[in-house]
Amino acid sequence: MLFAPAAALQVAAADGGVASRLDSMQYLNEVVVERRSTSRDAVIPEQRLGGKKLESLNALSVADAIRYFSGAQIKDYGGVGGIKSIDIRSMGTNHVGVFYDGLQLGNAQNGQIDLGKFSLDNIEEISMYNGQKSNIFQPAKDFGAAGTIYLRTRQPRFAEGRRTHVKLTMRTGSFGLANPSLLVEQKLSDRVTANVSAEYTYATGRYRFRYRKVFSDGTLAWDTTATRRNGDIRSLRVEAALFGRLDDGKWNLKAYLYDSDKGIPGAIVNNVWKNSQRQWDCNFFVQGHLQKHLGKRYRFQVNAKYARDYMRYLNPDTTLMYIDNRFWQQELYVATAHNYAIVPDVWDANLSVDYQWNSLDASLRDFACPTRHSAWAALATAAQLGRLKVQASVLGTFVSDRALALAASGSSRRRSTSRHEWTPAAFVSYRAVASERNVLNLRAFAKRSFRMPTFNDLYYTDLGNASLRPEKVNQYDLGLQYTFASGNSHALFHGFNLSADGYYNHVTDKIIAVPKGNGQYRWMMMNLGQVRIWGADATAQANFRLPGDVYVDARLAYTYQLARDFSDPTDVADEAGTYKGQIAYIPRHSGSAVLHGAWRSIDLNYSFIYVGERYDNSSNIRANYVQPWYTHDISAGYSLRLGTVKLKAQLEVNNLLGQQYEVIRNYPMPGRNYRLTLSMEI
Amino acid sequence: MKNYRIVLHIALLFVALAACRHDDEIFIPERVEVSKPEYSAVAGFYLLNEGNMGSNKCTLDRYDYSTGIYTRNIYGSANPSVPKELGDVGNDLAIYGSRLYAVVNCSNKIEVMDAASCVRIGQIDIPNCRYIRFHEGFAYVTSYAGPVVIDPEYEQLGFVAKIDTLTLREVARCTVGFQPDGLEIVDDKIYVANSGGYRVPNYECRLSVINLPSMTVEEEVDIDINLQHVQCDRYGGLWISSRGDYVESTSKLFCYDVRKRRIVAEIDVPVSNMVLQGDSLYIVSNAWSNVTMTDEPSYSIVDVVQKRVVCDNFITDGTDEAIRKPYGIAVNPVTKDILVTDARNYVNPGYLYCFGSDGVMRWSVRTGDIPAHIFFF
Repeated sequence: MLFAPAAALQVAAADGGVASRLDSMQYLNEVVVERRSTSRDAVIPEQRLGGKKLESLNALSVADAIRYFSGAQIKDYGGVGGIKSIDIRSMGTNHVGVFYDGLQLGNAQNGQIDLGKFSLDNIEEISMYNGQKSNIFQPAKDFGAAGTIYLRTRQPRFAEGRRTHVKLTMRTGSFGLANPSLLVEQKLSDRVTANVSAEYTYATGRYRFRYRKVFSDGTLAWDTTATRRNGDIRSLRVEAALFGRLDDGKWNLKAYLYDSDKGIPGAIVNNVWKNSQRQWDCNFFVQGHLQKHLGKRYRFQVNAKYARDYMRYLNPDTTLMYIDNRFWQQELYVATAHNYAIVPDVWDANLSVDYQWNSLDASLRDFACPTRHSAWAALATAAQLGRLKVQASVLGTFVSDRALALAASGSSRRRSTSRHEWTPAAFVSYRAVASERNVLNLRAFAKRSFRMPTFNDLYYTDLGNASLRPEKVNQYDLGLQYTFASGNSHALFHGFNLSADGYYNHVTDKIIAVPKGNGQYRWMMMNLGQVRIWGADATAQANFRLPGDVYVDARLAYTYQLARDFSDPTDVADEAGTYKGQIAYIPRHSGSAVLHGAWRSIDLNYSFIYVGERYDNSSNIRANYVQPWYTHDISAGYSLRLGTVKLKAQLEVNNLLGQQYEVIRNYPMPGRNYRLTLSMEI
Repeated sequence: MKNYRIVLHIALLFVALAACRHDDEIFIPERVEVSKPEYSAVAGFYLLNEGNMGSNKCTLDRYDYSTGIYTRNIYGSANPSVPKELGDVGNDLAIYGSRLYAVVNCSNKIEVMDAASCVRIGQIDIPNCRYIRFHEGFAYVTSYAGPVVIDPEYEQLGFVAKIDTLTLREVARCTVGFQPDGLEIVDDKIYVANSGGYRVPNYECRLSVINLPSMTVEEEVDIDINLQHVQCDRYGGLWISSRGDYVESTSKLFCYDVRKRRIVAEIDVPVSNMVLQGDSLYIVSNAWSNVTMTDEPSYSIVDVVQKRVVCDNFITDGTDEAIRKPYGIAVNPVTKDILVTDARNYVNPGYLYCFGSDGVMRWSVRTGDIPAHIFFF
């Protein structure tokens, strides 16, 4: 393994988060060139996982990897096909924007992205930003979410003198997993490259789980083991992309298809150890991106996307209500961003304008068939004044919905509603110490954002409430980042990086389901919730070089969250009151540790995740208590080069101690499980 | 080297944090003293908390008048060897003979316990079971899960199961209308209120009348859409509540005379739950108002002789302001104390309120999630 420690560490230092590019030589030169600190850089760096670190982490899907970021909580229903959604800093899943190769993944129906659907097979880098990517040259939508995740797929790259690169991978292991994938990269000309990536996943999803309870003196009361069923999945992902370079610019074009058929394992309750509900998904999109400099001061980008999604939910259980619902969604999106350097390398201004159209149709009776036109306009400016970096933006969002409303006479007519919001954000960082080896940055941001009510919130039969207002969040954050680089490639202690933030978020007009009328469990969506979150995140990492070519890096992340429910001030009666109670499934303490070592062609990884005690409800009583959980995972990889062929094998053992735990009540997670990955690159 | 120390300290912090998982313990019932001891022919009652769907939080509470102590969540410690406790979504509760029967809807079973100790005797597996009544040694249970026929146009009817309470085995089954809920047994006939809740908006409107000895439907009577509860007074008046369609047709109350075999009264009072005590039918309800976008709870009494609402609000001390969502109701047959449960928002613990016959609150206590069904012993 080649190494360029000094330069690499500067990269790591400037980027803050995870020094993921440490080992990708192909990138290093390019990165270093870009590394001149200017007004164009993100004011507050992201948390990032990529490269070898991401590869050696025990993670199958994007959701598994995001667990290592501080401030992120994953709601995981267990298994290969189980839904995994992310919540950043307790603001709720709907406030998280997930971007795939630069453009946001949409789900106008329920606003949530299932990150379990995205395998890590062709993902090269995952970044997480609090607030927004504080880099102003971006589409207006990127200014919108309260927290953002960027997934970057592998870009073609070739060994010296080669025009084709092929990678074959096969994963297998517990849960009856068979997961072959293929990547072909081709250089079409000096300026244009292409890749095709395909992946098939099959898993029975079966695993043993165990529930047991003891008496207060510790003697066993009951102990039962069963097999998790109906967690099977069959999915196919195919992606194709073209990448091009222009004079002072670049472009890419991408098509994506995901098709899956899976069981929904369901809650394990008394007398019910198996469920039979199923779900089919088909997601397709094409997207393109073009960016170019015109002259020294002006640059622009154009993005476009068209997406179609199909979902079918089936409940074939004859003892329950038979349900066979189909949903069709469409999305059309166009975005432009214009950046002008008022004073080159010092002061930039940016204007972004986006437009989007969404539609939802369903096989439900009297369905509202909503369509939505959205427009965003963002005006932003960024400046670097000596050690001070500032950035400010304001985003205007204009949304107009049309939906069928059922009139009393039984006839229906189209009804329009419009909503608009203005949301400002400001980011500032100050380089307090900037010596050769030590860098200390202080930073702060304040941001207002909101989430639009989803189509389900507004129009779902019976439950929807067309008069909902957007749910709002104010975020305030104060933090620091300290970086130490030894600057000496032979030093034992290479570098160290520490980031810490304290923050306060206030969610108002939170959209929650409240009971409605006489029927049993009839609900309606209302703007009645309010949550205040006080939190702290910290991430530390260190790189070492031990004698004998052994490289070690360690990463620790810790999250503290006091996320209290302020929705109902009258609900204070005894300790079961929800007022000021910790909200559902948010632990006070959580964290992770990763230790990664490399020696020649061997990689070893140990990772640990801890999620503290939680309650499944803001009523923080014993009946609602959910145990903490923590898992130890290890992996070992070995790579071998035979001429031009590169072979790699990796063995993972997850949940090494076989802890029986639940992330969501009554959804048991797998115990110890294994995965073997073999890959061949030509 | 200072940096090493920081790393070490953070690592130690993790070790400290990680050390706090422990074995799941059997829930120890929580005892709360809510009132002074009282002595009457009624010794106490059980309360079944439904628990929200998928939560497996159906729990059983108990109150003893002789001690004034309310005990929450007693099933687990009475039956420490039963995996996953009582189950998911309780839907009805009754004592028959010396046994306590809890109908647990989403656990597809009727849990049979000893009425004094709550120790499990066995279970009767009935998928999607709803309500239970007893007659001459047999239990009759409604269920949504009737016979399945291979036909794309077929919609599934419900049934009433006849269960021998000695063997806990099903001995007969009678197919009724769509999604049957409440049932009542009068003069060798079972009257079943069909809801059709799975067929929105084509709700059911039939009352099925089953001939008890033959277990066959002998008549179907149109009442109103989406029927729920049915209770018979001592004059042969069968009081049937309808839920309406939640949009245009509102919840109502009907009186069907089992001898004249026709509807003799229709009262425009919304019903969420009701209980007959003497000649008074106590009703709680939450009418949803699309104007205020809130529930409008009501607490009324219908006189079954006069067949009209005689009291608009049986709570006289203003406590109704504190109740979010009146859900279950029961009246002590001796003291005439009225028990009203508050299901609040369905996911947080509810409350039980006890009112004297004068409508003044005597005590209240926290319960489990969605307190709903009360049975005196």
